[in-house]
Amino acid sequence: MTKIWTIPGGVHPEERKEQSLQLPLAEIALPKELVFPLSQHIGAPADPVVKVGERVLGGQLIAAAHGIFSAAIHASTSGTVSAIEERPLPHPSSMPGECIVIEADGEDEHIAYQACEDYMQLSKAEMVKRVRAAGITGLGGASFPTAVKLNPKSNQPVDTFILNGTECEPYITADDMLMQTRAADVVLGAELLAHILGDPERVVIGIEDNKPKAIAAVTEAAKGKAIEVVSFPTKYPSGGEKQLIQILTGREVPSRKLPADIGVVVQNVGTAVAAYEALRFGKPLIQRITTVVGEALDTQRNILVRLGTPVAHILAEHGFQAKRASRLVMGGPMMGFALDTPDVPVVKSTNCILAPSKTELPPAAPAQACIRCGMCAEACPASLLPQQLYWYAQAEDFDRLKAHNIGDCIECGACSFVCPSNIPLVQYYRAAKGTLRQMDIERQKSDRSRQRFEFRQERIARAEAEKEAKRLARKKAAEKARQQQADKPGAAKADVVSAALASAKPKAISAEDELAKLQRAVASAQNRLEKLQQKHDESEDAAQRDKFSAQLKQAALRLQEAQAKLDARQAIPAPAEAVAGVAASATTDANDPVAAAIARAQAKMSMPPAEKLQANIDSLQQRLAKAEAKLAAARANDGDTVAALQAGVDKMNEKIAAAKQELAALAAPTAATKPEPAARPTAAAPSPAVPPVKAAPKPEKPDAASVAIAKAQQRAAALASMAPRDKLHQQVKSLEGRLEKALERLAKAEADNDDNLDAFRTGVEKTRARLQQARAELESEQ
Amino acid sequence: MAFMKASSPHAHGITSTADVMQQVLLATIPGLLALSYFFGPGSVINVVMCGFTAVLCEAAVLKLRRRPVMFFLQDYSALVTGVLLGLALPPYCPWWIVAIGTGSAIILAKHLYGGMGYNPFNPAMVGYVILLISFPVEMTQWAAPRTVLAEGQQLVGPLSGLGHIWFDLPLDGYTGATPLDLFKQNNSLLVEHLYASEPLYATARWAGAGWEWVNIGFLLGGCYLLYRKIFTWHTPVSMLAAIFLMSVLFYDNGSSNSGGSPWLHLLSGATMLGAFFIATDPVSSAVSKRGRLIYGAGIGILVYVIRVWGNYPDAVAFAVLLMNIAAPFIDYYTVPRTYGHVKARPATEKSDK
Repeated sequence: MTKIWTIPGGVHPEERKEQSLQLPLAEIALPKELVFPLSQHIGAPADPVVKVGERVLGGQLIAAAHGIFSAAIHASTSGTVSAIEERPLPHPSSMPGECIVIEADGEDEHIAYQACEDYMQLSKAEMVKRVRAAGITGLGGASFPTAVKLNPKSNQPVDTFILNGTECEPYITADDMLMQTRAADVVLGAELLAHILGDPERVVIGIEDNKPKAIAAVTEAAKGKAIEVVSFPTKYPSGGEKQLIQILTGREVPSRKLPADIGVVVQNVGTAVAAYEALRFGKPLIQRITTVVGEALDTQRNILVRLGTPVAHILAEHGFQAKRASRLVMGGPMMGFALDTPDVPVVKSTNCILAPSKTELPPAAPAQACIRCGMCAEACPASLLPQQLYWYAQAEDFDRLKAHNIGDCIECGACSFVCPSNIPLVQYYRAAKGTLRQMDIERQKSDRSRQRFEFRQERIARAEAEKEAKRLARKKAAEKARQQQADKPGAAKADVVSAALASAKPKAISAEDELAKLQRAVASAQNRLEKLQQKHDESEDAAQRDKFSAQLKQAALRLQEAQAKLDARQAIPAPAEAVAGVAASATTDANDPVAAAIARAQAKMSMPPAEKLQANIDSLQQRLAKAEAKLAAARANDGDTVAALQAGVDKMNEKIAAAKQELAALAAPTAATKPEPAARPTAAAPSPAVPPVKAAPKPEKPDAASVAIAKAQQRAAALASMAPRDKLHQQVKSLEGRLEKALERLAKAEADNDDNLDAFRTGVEKTRARLQQARAELESEQ
Repeated sequence: MAFMKASSPHAHGITSTADVMQQVLLATIPGLLALSYFFGPGSVINVVMCGFTAVLCEAAVLKLRRRPVMFFLQDYSALVTGVLLGLALPPYCPWWIVAIGTGSAIILAKHLYGGMGYNPFNPAMVGYVILLISFPVEMTQWAAPRTVLAEGQQLVGPLSGLGHIWFDLPLDGYTGATPLDLFKQNNSLLVEHLYASEPLYATARWAGAGWEWVNIGFLLGGCYLLYRKIFTWHTPVSMLAAIFLMSVLFYDNGSSNSGGSPWLHLLSGATMLGAFFIATDPVSSAVSKRGRLIYGAGIGILVYVIRVWGNYPDAVAFAVLLMNIAAPFIDYYTVPRTYGHVKARPATEKSDK
């Protein structure tokens, strides 16, 4: 014999099952209108796949599952979709929700169901797929999508499969009737579901001992099969999933876990039959057995009812007398919910429609004070302390509620049932649970925003710290540099000239780097342009070509830009060097730096100017040829790049012309030097009024480099041709100019109370000293 | 057509608070009968007077508190408090003792704490202890049982009893020591000799004349309540077990230092009344089964300790009140293990997640 465990608590309400078992299972007339709520299962609402006005057949899919945690919905008869709108839902809140409304045409035409003789040969994945497609959810009450339950995680082997035929709620006999009339299908369904779950060691059908006929029928049907049929003493709520598992296996489902976590899966007997019908006959879930019971009805019985049938229609078919009814309940008297309107449909989980008379289930007496008698604790199947939960729920002491495990309350209502003070305990727990859920959501939300805020603060702090560190490093370096300078024997403290020198040099170096970089950029841009062109030519798809030509245009523009920058940059270094050279000349020999500058500038050009220009022209011509080819291609393709390409070609033509002109000018150097020096005062004029630093304005023209070279050459030539006396004379002049400027700067520094005041002062002194020296030399020379 | 909205469950059991209280009242009858048989009608008069006063006080306070008077009176809780106090008071005590005791119980111990369900202390025992401390003379004069009356002396009749109660008319030598009193006063005799020399013990079967039957009467009533599942066995059984164990431990072979036999302690004084009618008061006791075991054991131990080493011959009231104080604390650490949890957690645990 199978071992039966007992559960703590539980109650024995009046069973009243015989009331609905007097008449055989019946069917009722087709209603005029059927209503299918899109959300009649746990999870996401289904998505309608029919349109208003469309004719549908029985068994036709009218709403598809939205994701895994959802279930499909099928029409239960033929008719026309008359509306997809909000209707009151069969839900404790009686709030409205989206429903598909079908006006039945009375034909009751169904789609052709695909029967499958050897459904047991199907793969498990296919079986689960078909169960899902049939829209099957748990028919016991929770409406959990069955396919999800049949797909436990691979790391959770199922060793026990329980088929729940307990039906512990008073009044309800739907499962009892099903087991009595279709015991064979129940067993086939059990085998099927067990097979999908990987044939667990134990397959048990659990039935309370108040259903002897059902037990006998199922035992008979299961004879010779590896299925245990176990009956156990009647006690509410033995049919709760967790309680049934405890009764049949002695195991407890850990708090906040699922039965699958302990290797158990429980399904309702109705669910098993629905799954069998789906696989064997291809029938989706469109009808179920529902108990229609209560003394406010003339007829009390079980009916095979189409899903979507309005409760009002069922009540009318059973001689409902509204005046006698104390309330209208969907579900049983312990866990069912009161309906305030009968205009709601039967859904997949509707196992009972209860219309009790006023004597049967009288309105609750007013609640009295809790005397903490503890009867509720005796009745609680979860071993909670309902009186304490009530106490703390009233006090809204949520910490204590959590410590008393309010989350493990299954809301079976046993505590409220026994409470001698008529306190609606479950209602307090529901409210407290709702508040806790809300608090949880809010806490998560605030946690998230707090985290975000903290991250932001951290980020800002980090950025600031980095800045500060950089600043400190700079300061230190500056201090160190100053220290070193101060330590240098003989060197003047913060010599302005040497500082200028120091700063000019790195600039020159970086200019070289930049030049190289720009050259690389030009080369890569050219490369890219070529590649794109190739792709463009190869691509056949018009859309793709458009894309390529746009890219091509962009690349061409980038190339032009890079080229322009390069051209400009190539011109700059020379004057920069020249400046450095001139500045250096002040401290050492006047002749050397100028020559050096020329050499450097020439080195940068890497070839004689004429050759360079020639090469330039050659490359430009090459590019022009290419661009023209592109232009032609673009024209042929009638691309939008034509204008851009045309502009590019024109520009290149201009450049070539300019370059050619320059080349011509270079070819006659004597002629070339003449017009240029005229543009500015040079060594030829004996009065260089402009200080040498200013004498090097940034030439923007492409030939700036050659101009600079020419200028430097001129200056060198002038200096070389000058008599020492003249040289000195010029030096004096230049020094005078610098002294004047230095004095000016000193005055300004004095006015601003600059930090470098001392440095300026020493600079002035030094310049003055040098000037005097130069003057003395000049005097002695004369 | 709109139907009544109601939260599940829609079905309700048949027991009501009034039922519970009525059962308790019913269960006091065997004990009351024994009291009346052995000590005369004094206890019945007490019970009636206390019950009446209690209901009167309850009604007055409810009126003052602007609560629906009839709704609350129907729960019988005030009547139960009054009856239990009446059973505890010495027979033929003056009327003002009854008035002060019952008034304290209902007004002070019950309604000043918030009324039904909110009183931390057992109201009847608060009333009893106030009286015992304030009026020790009146509170320690218990009637002598019929078996030890001098020859020719009769039990106090109802009329003479009422005359004494209301008008302080003299009653001749009706009082006598209780078995616990006698035992406490003994400091030289062996238990054996004491039992032989005192008619109160000599005429008794196990513990003390009359008292043993009174206790058996309350035990019977208690068993009835257990059978009706008005309360669980945990508190009374653990309390009685604790008293039994303590008296076995300190029996000392019946020497003159003996604390008294287990029978003496179990069947004397208010032991059974306390175990089944006082300690089981749900409002002021611990809630869980484990908690009630600890709570009952605590009462049992305190009863013995005060009886044997304390100043008072009996101690149920003090022991119950002391454990009333401890009940919330016991509750914090005796929350039962919930389904699906590996172990029980204390109620004080802060659950952050």
